Amino acid sequence: MNESYTAVAGFAQTWGLIYFVVIFAIVVAYVLWPKNRKQFDDAAQIPFRED
Amino acid sequence: MCRFKTGARKLMASEKARLVSLEEGLFAGFLVLLTFACLIVAGKTHDGVMSFHALIGAVAAGAGVFIIFNNYFNSENAAPVLQEIDGKPNYNMGPVKFGTVASMVWGIAGFTVGLIIALQLAFPALNFDLPWTSFGRLRPLHTSAVIFAFGGNVLLATSMYVVQRTCRVRMPGSVLPWFVILGYNVFIVIAGTGYLLGATQGKEYAEPEWYADLWLTIVWVAYLLLFLGTIWKRKEPHIYVANWFYLAFIVTIAVLHITNNLTIPVSVFGMKSYIVWSGVQDAMVQWWYGHNAVGFFLTAGFLAIMYYFVPKRAERPVYSYRLSIVHFWALIFIYIWAGPHHLHYTALPQWASTLGATFSIILWMPSWGGMINGLMTLSGAWDKLRTDPVLRMMVVSVAFYGMSTFEGPLMSVRAVNSLSHYTDWTIGHVHSGALGWVGYISFGAIYCLVPWLWNKKSLYSLKLVNWHFWVSTLGIVLYITAMWVSGIMQGLMWRAYDSLGFLEYSFIETVEAMFPFYVIRALGGGLFLLGALIMAYNLWMTVRAGEPAEAAAPAPGVLAAAE
Repeated sequence: MNESYTAVAGFAQTWGLIYFVVIFAIVVAYVLWPKNRKQFDDAAQIPFRED
Repeated sequence: MCRFKTGARKLMASEKARLVSLEEGLFAGFLVLLTFACLIVAGKTHDGVMSFHALIGAVAAGAGVFIIFNNYFNSENAAPVLQEIDGKPNYNMGPVKFGTVASMVWGIAGFTVGLIIALQLAFPALNFDLPWTSFGRLRPLHTSAVIFAFGGNVLLATSMYVVQRTCRVRMPGSVLPWFVILGYNVFIVIAGTGYLLGATQGKEYAEPEWYADLWLTIVWVAYLLLFLGTIWKRKEPHIYVANWFYLAFIVTIAVLHITNNLTIPVSVFGMKSYIVWSGVQDAMVQWWYGHNAVGFFLTAGFLAIMYYFVPKRAERPVYSYRLSIVHFWALIFIYIWAGPHHLHYTALPQWASTLGATFSIILWMPSWGGMINGLMTLSGAWDKLRTDPVLRMMVVSVAFYGMSTFEGPLMSVRAVNSLSHYTDWTIGHVHSGALGWVGYISFGAIYCLVPWLWNKKSLYSLKLVNWHFWVSTLGIVLYITAMWVSGIMQGLMWRAYDSLGFLEYSFIETVEAMFPFYVIRALGGGLFLLGALIMAYNLWMTVRAGEPAEAAAPAPGVLAAAE
């Protein structure tokens, strides 16, 4: 019981951390990707573009 | 006789113009079945409250069938609804108007009940020794009225408005949007009357019994389909960030609501049901639900309002659209883990409560990122705060968001929680978020929406908005400072020992010591209610006597972001 707890906790503490860091890195790379800049600048104008 | 014939001919003519649509037919069929099901339950149940609720359900479902066919036979509605008029989307704003009015009505009711229970805590005689007015029944009535009735209608109304506008398309369906908004309000009536009559399953923010939960699930799935359908039809290729937040709110609330209400009724004709989770698992699911009701109902949904209404009112695009995307993904990935901090020092394993506290502290980052994004949208337009009290209200709201999202993680740390938990500090914290953040961003959005929806040039009186702002801000400050002092004092008195190791104070001594703060809190709540009444008058006059807006507003050019 105790060993399985340690194993699960160890798994969560390492892979959980990696999982969150990787996802965060992907999001940051996506928003900072130079090619996407125009798209986001354009999207920010959507509320003002309506009829 | 002759008259009857023309009437009949008219009827025939309208019948020829258009067949009952599949949507109308399905909804009518469903509601007819529901009416009969409710009548059977009302007749067979031995439970008075359930019988009453089944009758409400039968009347509501029957009224729904009547409205559908009345609308169909009304010859003015013979032609199908146009998707566009003169090349512009023909937005469906009827349900939005209903939601806006409903939110004000429920809001004032909810704030009033809040004031009553605040006074009851100071002056217990105000319980009146009646079961229906006892604190235990009015308290869930207050929380549900302000969160689900007021906040829920604000979210339904603004989400329907924003998703149509930013997708530049009419919502799908003719019955569906009305089913969502009216069905949701029927749920509110069933839940609210249930609390007063003593029907509760005893779960915080999830008090309604199984049949009400089932009904809400149906309405909520319809809401999800309506929202997704609008996005599906969109003319704007990019999905604006506010819609992402709304979608996260709708999807997550569906998952939370279903998981936390997985109950098995003892009988179809009885109120009592048993949850499938047991013991500490049930507690964990409940607070996973409870905290994410805060995270996804009271935060993600209202952040969607911030990302649309603050830029609109300030006439500037959001400070950084890129930051808003990071804000979104970080917030939804982290919030879902924070629930266990409600169960420190309980049967919950310590690692789980540590996990909850850790994720709560990580939440500082996305919360403050979002707050900075909202506030900095005004960069270069700060002067508007001086002249526009509506914008000021929304900016103060975002500041309260920053404050309460700083305080929350602090209180989730186990050492701080050992002092704050079960005390009034928690109540103060919740209200700085609820009155300051949720309340003010909602008021700001409604102040924007009413002139837009009723086609008025502006609000009836900005001076009255200013009064509302200062009266209710004073109310909030009185409320939260009183609760800070009272809560910390209460926590310290509970843990005080004398030199022999005995508890220094009896429980009743702590209650006595809190009396002045309870009076101050009630005063603060009273001022907040007064502000809302000023608002309701202002909105009423805007709709009744406001100057009509010009037919077409000039199209604004591209606005530069402050980033």
